[in-house]
Amino acid sequence: MLHYIRRKLLHLIPITFAVTALSFLFIDLLPGDVADAIAGVGTDNAVVDEAVVAAIREDLGLDRPLVVRYFSWLADAFAGELGKSYQTGQLVSDAIVLRLPVTLQLLVMAQFLAVLFAIPAGIVAAYRAGKVTDKFVTTLTFAFLAAPSFIIAIVLAFLFAVILNWFPATGYVPFSTDPFENLRSFVLPALALALIEWPILSRVLRNDLIETLQENFISFAKAKGLSHSYILLRHALRPSSFTLITIVGIQLGNLISGAVIVESIFALPGIGTLLVNSIHAREMLMVQGIVVIMAVAYVIINLAVDILYGVLDPRVRQ
Amino acid sequence: MSEIPAQALPSGYSRALGNINLALWLPAIWMFLLLFTVAFADFLPFRGPTESDFTALKVRPSPEFFLGTDVLGRDIFSRVIYGARISLTVGFFAPVIGMIIGLFFGMIAGYYRGKFESLVVALIDIILAFPNIVLAMCILFFAGATMANLIIVLSITSIPANTRIARASTLVFAKREFVLAARAQGASDLRILLLEILPNIILPQLAYILSFMSIVIMIEGSLAFLGVGIPPPTPTLGSMIAQGFSDINTDPHITFLPALFLFLTVLSLNLIGDYLRKKFLARQGAL
Repeated sequence: MLHYIRRKLLHLIPITFAVTALSFLFIDLLPGDVADAIAGVGTDNAVVDEAVVAAIREDLGLDRPLVVRYFSWLADAFAGELGKSYQTGQLVSDAIVLRLPVTLQLLVMAQFLAVLFAIPAGIVAAYRAGKVTDKFVTTLTFAFLAAPSFIIAIVLAFLFAVILNWFPATGYVPFSTDPFENLRSFVLPALALALIEWPILSRVLRNDLIETLQENFISFAKAKGLSHSYILLRHALRPSSFTLITIVGIQLGNLISGAVIVESIFALPGIGTLLVNSIHAREMLMVQGIVVIMAVAYVIINLAVDILYGVLDPRVRQ
Repeated sequence: MSEIPAQALPSGYSRALGNINLALWLPAIWMFLLLFTVAFADFLPFRGPTESDFTALKVRPSPEFFLGTDVLGRDIFSRVIYGARISLTVGFFAPVIGMIIGLFFGMIAGYYRGKFESLVVALIDIILAFPNIVLAMCILFFAGATMANLIIVLSITSIPANTRIARASTLVFAKREFVLAARAQGASDLRILLLEILPNIILPQLAYILSFMSIVIMIEGSLAFLGVGIPPPTPTLGSMIAQGFSDINTDPHITFLPALFLFLTVLSLNLIGDYLRKKFLARQGAL
């Protein structure tokens, strides 16, 4: 087991290097000068002082060779220094830390709801495989798979905020101010994300469960006279949930993409909103910082999923 | 068919008619109508998608304006069609380019294995670490939101899955007897890859392409919705939905009609894709 974890951790090192290098490079390699872009050269109403551009260039150390700049940026990044905003003077790390809890809460609530929908749906569909119930669930998953997150989000906002007025459409309340209002403001965004996530989980679980239900130990459990619900929940669910767990990890990238959209629709002040605003404000360093944090988080969480997978299924460790 | 009396038909015939696969034909008809209208939009008697009629702002669907007008008095139907043109163009080219690149890397990785395969697998992991909308948003904003850039960026997002599929099927076929036979005859690796393996793996690969098209169309819509897609005045489905969103309390049709078009198009592509996948993959399995 330790050997397995060590191997996985060793795999993490080159990937982290590559991911950080790409985050660094892709702002650098894009057309246009970073300093010009920060100073606003090329935008419609900019009157830009050459001295300002030179100062920014000096400040960023853009005259140094690329490799040197990458490693000094990486060292700073590991120390938590990702630069500062050129418009507000706010540190990138401060801005991210301030907004991270919002996005994390959104992702956790969404993932929880998605699993909550997917497990019963997957179990029912597998138990009734080929029957009307299965067809109904499958059709439903198909419909949801065809709906982009922003369409689901605006439909939810229209139904529950405009027509029924059950939940607020926008407006974030910190948990420390009012826990109940805080949860209420998260219901619609989390639901929107959960609704794009659950069909994938449900389909994966259904397919795995159908396979498991044909195993001998299930027939044996039936022969013992155990009830169907007991067999489904206690015997079949666990060995059928490995792919589900992996998918939860892999889907994180999609979920983050979805969070960016959902946060901006429901005006939640999370990382996604910060990213969209920073892009529109041409805050290069802010964008770079957010992208690298998202990418590294994705890599680490997938590593955790891999390790968890090895814990649950000893065959994987070889 | 109604003029043929039912008893004149051989038994089973009417059952065959009753079993017309609606999940295939309805989406196929929708896609055909949409493609036709989109292709010939310039010759059909539509209002211009950017023409404003300030005497008809936010009109509900009516005989004069089939799907109503938006906040600037522009014809929603015409804008939806021209918006769908962008979605479909991007949705066609990006997955095709992604498939070609994916086939190239996947086949080489699956055929030669070894170091190159590990490298390709690692590269896929790296691309996947960047959430696709985030990656696309950043590149588009700094490189400029043009049609060409949009296609390039979205083809990058469909490379990982295409590479994985190509690699997996190449692994299977590289072990088959006919490949061994070709090699015994002295065929070069290039010849084996192009003439023996490619014809066998191209069908399953194509079976997935409609799903990639629907994903790309959804991402394009999301990007336009966030305001980083093709800039106005060019209409896109995503930007129409975003524009209407502020008036959703009073005029929901401005938001929901383009959303419905996007939803139906993606759903149709998924349904047709699912049918083709079952058909091709079943045939593959029977070999």
